[in-house]
This record gives sequence, C-alpha cells and structure tokens, in this order.
Amino acid sequence: MARIAGVNIPTNKRVVIALQYIHGIGPKIAEDICSSVKIPGDRRVNELTDAEIIQIRESIDQNHVVEGDLRRGVAMNIKRLMDLGNYRGLRHRRGLPVHGQRTHTNARTRKGPAKPIAGKKK
Amino acid sequence: MSRSVWKGPYVDGYLLKKAEKVREGGRSEVIKTWSRRSTILPQFVGLTFGVYNGKKHIPVLISEDMIGHKFGEFSPTRTYYGHGADKRARRG
Repeated sequence: MARIAGVNIPTNKRVVIALQYIHGIGPKIAEDICSSVKIPGDRRVNELTDAEIIQIRESIDQNHVVEGDLRRGVAMNIKRLMDLGNYRGLRHRRGLPVHGQRTHTNARTRKGPAKPIAGKKK
Repeated sequence: MSRSVWKGPYVDGYLLKKAEKVREGGRSEVIKTWSRRSTILPQFVGLTFGVYNGKKHIPVLISEDMIGHKFGEFSPTRTYYGHGADKRARRG
C-alpha cells in the first residue's frame, strides 16, 4: 500500500496505471511523472522503494494540481460563471448543456433521467 | 476556437469613444449598444451598458470579473417560461 497525494492508495498495478487512480492524473501526466523521477512505468507499485515513492509524491506536489485542489478550482470556475450572470452561468444554474448542444432531444447527461409528462399516453 | 492573440481583443470603435465620454462627464449613464460582439475591456469597468437583446437594452453593470467576456453573454436573447404543466414560474 502506498499513499500518494492524500487519500489515494493505488494497488499492485503498474506505476503508470496506478497513478491514474488519482483525480487529475491521466495517461499523459502519469507518463511524465515516471520519466521525471526516472522509474520505468511498468514497474509495480509494491516493487517501489520508499525513496521512490517520496520522489513521486514530491514531483506531483510541485508540478501538478490534483484531487481536492483541482476539484475546488473547477468548482470555483463554475461558481464564478454563475455569479457573473452570463449565458454560460445561466446554463450551469439550470442544469442544461453549456456548450450549445441541442436540448430538443438527448442532453440526458446534464438533465438527468427523463421525467414523464402527465397525460401524454395515447 | 479562440481568437488569435496577435489580433488583440475585438471591440467596436465607437464604444471606446462613448465610454470615454461618459467617464469624463457625469457617471451613472447607461450606454446603449447593439454591439453584443464586442469584448469587455478593463476601461469599461464600473460603467453601465444597455446591451440589446433583439427587443430591449438590458442594463449590465460591468464588474472586474467580466473582463474578457463579450457583451452578448450578459443579455439573454431567449425567454423560456417553462412548459404549461410545470406550474413553477421560472425566470432566468
């Protein structure tokens, strides 16, 4: 077990894969971290020494916004739009798609499960 | 796609002149504009613009956060009061 960037405990997977369990780290950044601390990405996490884990931790702390901070940043950006009262903010408030997609049909990701309309049956 | 940086922000020229005039004279004057496409610049902060939405000039007090957005974003062109079934009166 290894704790990296707060709560995350990636398992006995390859380092590149395990790092991606952290919110804010995808394939690209995982690759970057491995090369910057000079660990081959296909080593397993449980094969890492403590020193290497500390190196990874420091590399993430210095170069990447991750987990809570990232989530807070995104939430702040959305909140800023909502407070501004511009079009994008209104769309966020209403829970509708923001980037000009159609809403006549689809858009279920933003709108949630379809609500039945009373008296529409036959 | 975003606009190229080397072009600078897009603003209709007359807005700059009008903004300056209001700055010099008495404040709290609504500058009517049809130019929804213009970018909000730092020198517009604190002024009120009446941004046309196709029907009315919606008064928009420019705050610091709005810099870099376009006037049109703050003046919705569509009204939607919800469908007949949902009784709640919604307004944006």
